[in-house]
Amino acid sequence: MTAATSARSITWARRRATAARFWHDFRSHNSALAGLAILVVFALVAIFAPLLADPEGLNVARATARSHQPPSAEYWLGTDQNGVSILTLLIHGTRVSLIVGLSATAIAIVIGTLVGIMAGFYGGWARSLLMGFTDWFLVIPFLPLAIVLATVLGASLVNIIIVIGVTSWPGTARLVCAQTLSVRSRPYMERAKALGAGDWHQMTRHVLPNVMPVVLAHVVLTVSIAILSETTLSFLGLGDPTEQSWGNILDSAFGTGAMSNGEWWFVLPPGICVVLVVLAFTLVGRAMEVVLNPRLKEGH
Amino acid sequence: MATATTAPGVPPTPAVPARTPFLAGTRGYVIRKISWSCGTLLFVLVFNFFLFRMLPGDPIGLYSRGRNMAPEQLIKLRAQLNRPIGTQFLEYLSNPFASTINSVRFNRPVWELVGERVWPTVLLVGTAILIASVAGVWLGIRSGWRRGGTFDRVTTGTTNTLYAMPEFWVGMVLLIALPFFPSGGISTPGVTGFLDTVLDTAWHMVLPVTALAIVYLAEYTSIMRASLVDELRQDYLQLARAKGLREDLVRRRHAVPNALLPTMTLIFLNLGFVIGGAITVETVYSWPGLGLLSYEALRGPDIPLLQAVFLLFSLGVVVFTLLADLLYAVLDPRVSTQ
Repeated sequence: MTAATSARSITWARRRATAARFWHDFRSHNSALAGLAILVVFALVAIFAPLLADPEGLNVARATARSHQPPSAEYWLGTDQNGVSILTLLIHGTRVSLIVGLSATAIAIVIGTLVGIMAGFYGGWARSLLMGFTDWFLVIPFLPLAIVLATVLGASLVNIIIVIGVTSWPGTARLVCAQTLSVRSRPYMERAKALGAGDWHQMTRHVLPNVMPVVLAHVVLTVSIAILSETTLSFLGLGDPTEQSWGNILDSAFGTGAMSNGEWWFVLPPGICVVLVVLAFTLVGRAMEVVLNPRLKEGH
Repeated sequence: MATATTAPGVPPTPAVPARTPFLAGTRGYVIRKISWSCGTLLFVLVFNFFLFRMLPGDPIGLYSRGRNMAPEQLIKLRAQLNRPIGTQFLEYLSNPFASTINSVRFNRPVWELVGERVWPTVLLVGTAILIASVAGVWLGIRSGWRRGGTFDRVTTGTTNTLYAMPEFWVGMVLLIALPFFPSGGISTPGVTGFLDTVLDTAWHMVLPVTALAIVYLAEYTSIMRASLVDELRQDYLQLARAKGLREDLVRRRHAVPNALLPTMTLIFLNLGFVIGGAITVETVYSWPGLGLLSYEALRGPDIPLLQAVFLLFSLGVVVFTLLADLLYAVLDPRVSTQ
């Protein structure tokens, strides 16, 4: 019993040390810290959205303002085609965009990691088959595939998450497969096998923990792509019509002629939010890549 | 290019285990690449066929919605769908662009519609790629060579920001910022004469090309920068310097030609990315190309048209991937001997 707890405490101490070292390296990247700060702000907005802007303000039937109003003291960013405050839409849109981005990434990472580990671990035929399948998915152009899937499934929040999730995994699968191959040839894997470890134990206890750091940086980068994809699909009218995401706002701005009327307050804010969040995820992800993958570091 | 021109004559070989001795060498490389492309094509066809048959609801109801169709016609359509799935699949495989497949919205053969819309897209996307790749390669060389310098930092920051922008949003902002440009379409009605038409089309192209080129530029700059940075570690640059070459010549004669190799193929391979941009930007500017056609197809939804557009895009990407692989083997013989 004491041996087990002490082994565990050693592991935890080691993990804490690794985390501290990671944070120390990460902190030296100014752009990554800026990205992190932006993400914290948006996360807070998403969490406290109902407090920042009354959800009742989203109700089209209760909107009292005139439609297409320019910014004023009462409506800081003007109103949309239904007389709903654009600022309210923006605040609640943060929630939808972040939820879709994170959930779709979770799906993509699970599928990608599963396929990649299986392919790399079993090698041979399994690898040819799984990686061939992955390459097919990589070749099929993303947006047409997503459009087709979204049309077939129908427009809803869950479906858009599924569509982005099942179209974004091939990159992860390739990465995980390559990492698994390098882990598999290391001596401690042979030792584990010699001690009688089964496939499941080897994969979950030895391969997965060693593959995870590289995947982690990739996860953050995938979120940025997923949010961009959500915006694009919603703009094309494939998003959930009952939820307000940034892409939906841009869709209604486009649909109601905001550009020809010069309504910059309708078009600029949602786009700027997308750019900020995507850029923040990209900066954080790139910095994590450099910190976790020392091979990239020597150049900087 | 000799290997590329003989390529179409090679029959699609069945799945041959890779890395067997007789498939080594250039011929083996070409055969492997072509058979892989054929496999991908088959995968796309199968996917395209079955996906739309998994569609929930009544396909005939969807097809005839909002149209005045005789009941006999509906019965005939239903009988077609009630045949065994294998028969339907074989018929589809024999000609996925059959002239009998009609678009729901336009009530014309999809093949005709697609054929009409290809050229505006080629014009728009081709111009944007040309501008973006020339500028992107130049920017990538400048920032990659003095990595970490001020120019590099500014360029990398700008590319990251541009990369985070949805193409269609750039298009919308440009429309608001520059209202004196035409807001959509490819031509002004009533313009005649060759020179006038060319000028008018060019005038309509300014904004959509700018929107696309800005986003592609970010992609190409980062690709070129990355491949140049990869070359910087190579020993042959050290040798070139040791020979006494000026820094400028080391870059121009040694580093850049080698870095251009992966960049060129990556530009080819990124066609999927290019297509995504074309769909949304053509929608914003109502540019009558394939992108707008896909938007019109998904708004219906016009399933036969959507199927045709998806197939065409996938086909294009598979063909371009194959061309990129073969081109790479011609430019850099090391790949095919591995």
